[in-house]
Amino acid sequence: MYKNNSVWRLFASVKLALVTLVLIAGTSIIGTVVPQNEAIEWYAGKYGPEISQLIAILDISDMYGSWWFLGLIYLLCINLVICSIDRFPGVWKQIQADGLSFGEERLGKMSNRLSWEVKSSATQVSSRLEERLSGKGWKAKRKTTEEGILLFGQKGAWTRTGVYFVHASILVIFLGAVIGAIGGFKGFVMLPEKQVTDKIGLYGGGLLDLGFAVRCNSFSIDFYANGMPKDYTSSLTVIENGQEILTKTIEVNDPLTYKGITFYQSSYEPYQDFVITVKNPRNGAEKFFTVPFQKQVNWPEEGLRFGVINAKMRDQSLVSSKIWFTDDKGSPTTVWADDGAQTTVKREAGEYLISAKQMYATGLQVAKDPGVWWVYLGCGLMMFGLYVAFFMSHRRIWLLITETEEGAQILFAGSANKNRPGFESSFVELTEQLRDQ
Amino acid sequence: MDSSQLLGITTFTYLFASFLYIGVLLFKAGKLGVAATAFTVIALLIQTAGLALRWIESYRMGIGHAPLTNMYESVLFFSWTIIIFYLVIEWKFKTRTIGAFAVPLAFLATAYASFAPIDKGITPLVPALQSNWLLAHVITCFVGYAAFAIAAALGIMYLAKKRFGGRDKTGSTSEVLPDLKILDDIIYKSLIFGFIWLSAGIITGAVWANSAWGTYWSWDPKETWSLITWFVYAFALHSRYTRGIKNETIAWLSILGFLSVVFTYYGVNFLLAGLHSYGSG
Repeated sequence: MYKNNSVWRLFASVKLALVTLVLIAGTSIIGTVVPQNEAIEWYAGKYGPEISQLIAILDISDMYGSWWFLGLIYLLCINLVICSIDRFPGVWKQIQADGLSFGEERLGKMSNRLSWEVKSSATQVSSRLEERLSGKGWKAKRKTTEEGILLFGQKGAWTRTGVYFVHASILVIFLGAVIGAIGGFKGFVMLPEKQVTDKIGLYGGGLLDLGFAVRCNSFSIDFYANGMPKDYTSSLTVIENGQEILTKTIEVNDPLTYKGITFYQSSYEPYQDFVITVKNPRNGAEKFFTVPFQKQVNWPEEGLRFGVINAKMRDQSLVSSKIWFTDDKGSPTTVWADDGAQTTVKREAGEYLISAKQMYATGLQVAKDPGVWWVYLGCGLMMFGLYVAFFMSHRRIWLLITETEEGAQILFAGSANKNRPGFESSFVELTEQLRDQ
Repeated sequence: MDSSQLLGITTFTYLFASFLYIGVLLFKAGKLGVAATAFTVIALLIQTAGLALRWIESYRMGIGHAPLTNMYESVLFFSWTIIIFYLVIEWKFKTRTIGAFAVPLAFLATAYASFAPIDKGITPLVPALQSNWLLAHVITCFVGYAAFAIAAALGIMYLAKKRFGGRDKTGSTSEVLPDLKILDDIIYKSLIFGFIWLSAGIITGAVWANSAWGTYWSWDPKETWSLITWFVYAFALHSRYTRGIKNETIAWLSILGFLSVVFTYYGVNFLLAGLHSYGSG
């Protein structure tokens, strides 16, 4: 039979699992010490030509994706599968085991056992005990044997499978990783304010067409009083077939997802340019302009010219800017305004609303990972399996009632596959309740 | 009275309690035992008040967040969970000898927090840390770490008992230590407990990373080391089911595993660069 095959025995062994765990854990250290994903020249410069050649051959620059590391992971998976196939039938047998086939001899050897005598007949006492057991949540089966009446009850037989839930969970997590690697992507786009893109750069290289477009309406940074960054936020709008589908303000820990593609606030880049927004309240006309520092821009439809001529910085962020504004009727107006805040400029023709803010590009991490729910399912399964495997047990009890001259003798026995001290105390408790006349 | 004063008092109370527990062990002075437990409980209460006050202080500063966000705060929380875990064991297994190994660990942690040149200020949360996953992630990890710390202390006891147990004629210290079987049992149970919490800690970290950065696993040094630690303990738990591996090996593994925990928690921050740099300040 294949189970006696030495290759099968090797793959079914815990020893192989232990060796694989040591190899995975041990080799994983390499990637935490040797910086990953650098160019080969970089390694040559740092470690010298011989070692950098070794790094190239063994794929150390991307060791967690290297053939030999993935090979170890596959070995672990095969080990898990074979080990489970090998052992599960035995466990299934124990789950299915007919407790009613146990005789006095076997029960007499159990570590939890007690016997006592009663004056009533075996039939009477057996139905009374059966009732008591069911009152305690033990549904007992009954069988009349040559030795007497045997009652058998069990709880948690299925918990013997707990460890297999854990093993399966690891496979499900790996499955999720594979699904993500095949059906997903990770990329990045640096998107300046007011601009639209329908393509992103992939980390593996190349551009990816999103199938829709994203516009960065604005980006802003808030700071705490001590100068530490408080919030990075970007307002993004998804545009598909020329239609604005949805707008969301994202920040770190709160991304935007559309059609399975998620945009994460990742970084930013300040520009020397300004975004100036001007509104003419009298006719409702409003428009924004991207303007370099100390350059003026025209809005010919409204006959306006404006620009930013000075700016105040604190640390590395802009606090306020001095706006220069004219409609070529009278001398130009200059006004200091906080970054991004709207101010009113009074001209002879009337008022204009104007704001100027430093221009940024928002750095968006873009990812699609159809495997992530499998990974989460695997994680949930793992926690469930660990709990079952370590904290739940298969508990079995037997009552053998034999006829005597004065009534009946009762042999009460029980066993648990785990947490034996805990079972012992509940066995004692149950004994008291069963004996209590 | 501010939180740092309370936490300073905690340090000295743990030191005092450590001496009492060591006294119980060395001189078989059983009567000291009650005092040792009492002072440990008092220190725990003062520390709890200190941590709570620090939490309140952060709200007074207008940057309210749980005191779990830098090295100082996490070391304090670590010692807090060690003591709780230890007191539960003392109560469940009715033995104080473990205290001579566990309470000094908590003292060392609080002493490090108080005296090491690390930032003790309450600082606001950078954007990456502003998440509900912060509490879940840090708490699950440190409950696991505390269990592993106790398991390592028990491992040392186990090896000491094994080495000196039979031949020690003058001192009766090793007689006071619990039986090897009991030690092995508590080590195994602590490892199971720690393993479940470490698993939960890694999982919450992965979910959080996915919601912040779009990738649940990036082989960042911190992540990788937490996985290495997980493998060490997975090894220890499986070695139970392998013939030819002695209980002594599990004692050694509980110590090795804890070294891996310390490196994951502490060493990575200072020796290796990575995404997970919040704890180094």
